[in-house]
Amino acid sequence: MGEEKLWINMYTSMLRIRRFEEKVVELFAQGKIPGFVHSYIGEEAVAVGACSALEPTDYITSTHRGHGHLIAKGGDLKYMMAELYGKKTGYCKGKGGSMHIADVDLGILGANGIVGAGLPIATGAALSSHLQKNGRVALCFFSDGASNRGTFHESLNMASIWKLPVIFLCENNMYGISMPQRKGMAIDDIADRASAYGIPGVVVDGNDVIAVYEAVKEAVSRARAGGGPTLIEAKTARWRGHFEGDPQIYRTQEEIEEWRKKCPIKRFEEKLLKMGVLDEAKIREIEEMIAKEVEEAVRFAEESPYPEPEEALEDVYA
Amino acid sequence: MREITYAEAIREALREEMKQNDKVFILGEDVGRFGGCFGVTKGLWEEFGDERVRDTPISETAIIGSAVGAAATGMRPVAEIMFCDFMGVAMDEITNQAAKMRYMFGGKVSIPMVVRTPVGGGLCAAAQHSQSLEAWFTHLPGLKVVMPSTPYDAKGLLKASIRDDNPVIFLEHKMLYGVKGPVPEEDYIVPLGVADVKREGKDLTIIATSLMVHKALEAASLLEKEGVSVEVIDPRTLYPLDEETILSSVKKTHKALVVHEAVERNGFGGEIDHNGEGF
Repeated sequence: MGEEKLWINMYTSMLRIRRFEEKVVELFAQGKIPGFVHSYIGEEAVAVGACSALEPTDYITSTHRGHGHLIAKGGDLKYMMAELYGKKTGYCKGKGGSMHIADVDLGILGANGIVGAGLPIATGAALSSHLQKNGRVALCFFSDGASNRGTFHESLNMASIWKLPVIFLCENNMYGISMPQRKGMAIDDIADRASAYGIPGVVVDGNDVIAVYEAVKEAVSRARAGGGPTLIEAKTARWRGHFEGDPQIYRTQEEIEEWRKKCPIKRFEEKLLKMGVLDEAKIREIEEMIAKEVEEAVRFAEESPYPEPEEALEDVYA
Repeated sequence: MREITYAEAIREALREEMKQNDKVFILGEDVGRFGGCFGVTKGLWEEFGDERVRDTPISETAIIGSAVGAAATGMRPVAEIMFCDFMGVAMDEITNQAAKMRYMFGGKVSIPMVVRTPVGGGLCAAAQHSQSLEAWFTHLPGLKVVMPSTPYDAKGLLKASIRDDNPVIFLEHKMLYGVKGPVPEEDYIVPLGVADVKREGKDLTIIATSLMVHKALEAASLLEKEGVSVEVIDPRTLYPLDEETILSSVKKTHKALVVHEAVERNGFGGEIDHNGEGF
């Protein structure tokens, strides 16, 4: 793929995440989406930068804040929205909902409701690739909060001693619900923890999609070449609360405003405009295309049936 | 038929399945050159090498979690947890990952993995190395739970467990590892979900699991001298449970006694008792 085409795809993917999430926030407020919703707005550059450096056959593990990862890996908004609505036509037949939305066929081994649970699963997928010698890598999205869990330490250590093809990508949005990073750990950079496992630790600006892409690309080549795992810390911020409805008493409005000024999409858009890769007409065209996709997704979700009560007991066993 | 020990029978099952299917591999603490804390995997590292008999760090969470990831992507891992008491360290991976993934993803993934782990007392190893925690696992939809009492069953059930497309918790009894019994040399499986009548009788049904099957059989021999005819049933798999075999025995004897080694309250015995309310 030519670089310009790749950039436009990245821009489109980020915008698709933003518009989808804006719609989800609106629908949740209207009571149309059950369960919990954790918005990815503000962090789009991480998912898109990372997934753009992967092959379609590579694996990812996602988090409770996982809509962006799925879209960046190629998820279809229709099946996503249907899943959020709890409809039978959703990616998981309505049984996963927002926190477990996944398309296994796209190499997605789950969004996960347990913080930090994806790390050993990604390690296992990488072990599987290593044993099957199929050249696939696994990329694990996790958060600053998850890096305090035992799963983080056990997984980085195991992946390091076995030189597994896995990329641990920490989306540091600075808060574990209400707990600021500085209260939860005595270091500034989570990437520093890599040195404890003898692997590279890289800090990137998580609002710079190209920086994320370049860092992940390098980690992916290293992993595919048998060089083992890399820990990448992408510093970013979520614009919304931890969950929809979070009163956010733990941070100021000014802080949120500061991050809105650093919008990863606006920033990339300005860069592409300046480079002449994008123009206003092209942006309008992309916006219109995405608006249609979102509208179609909502219609599909609303028109789809709920699962029958007896289906609640299906798919427990293979 | 030749006789081998319960540990040897398990090892044979592992060796045969690994030979037949290159997707099967072992991971766990000290399972390699050391041969496992109870010697069950002895010789397999020499035969299959580092890649397929993988010594892990002391990281139960990563052992089970990585087994889940490997199983979801085409492998058939057999993880060993040194003592069942250590399963608590990996309980999220068992409860929320292995058991739930298929269901939560609408049936689009299967998790064909086995966790082998020894249960039970008898070694004077105190409260953190002696428990029988089978009820933890039978409470979790998505898991199958196997508890063999003889070398024959251990081999056939482990082979069936490795071939099963679901996560299976395979509970071995540490006091049975040295017990010998007849085991065929040819390939066979014992299907999951089929109980075995270990002794026929007409006055009383004892439903016993794991080591307690042997205790029940001893008791049955003693009672025979007193003129009491005891039937001993070993469910062999706790989930799926062969209720039919148990119920038809109790319909015959009208009396049932459940013997397991776990804590009595909320134990698996209570589950059998509950299922048998219609006796």
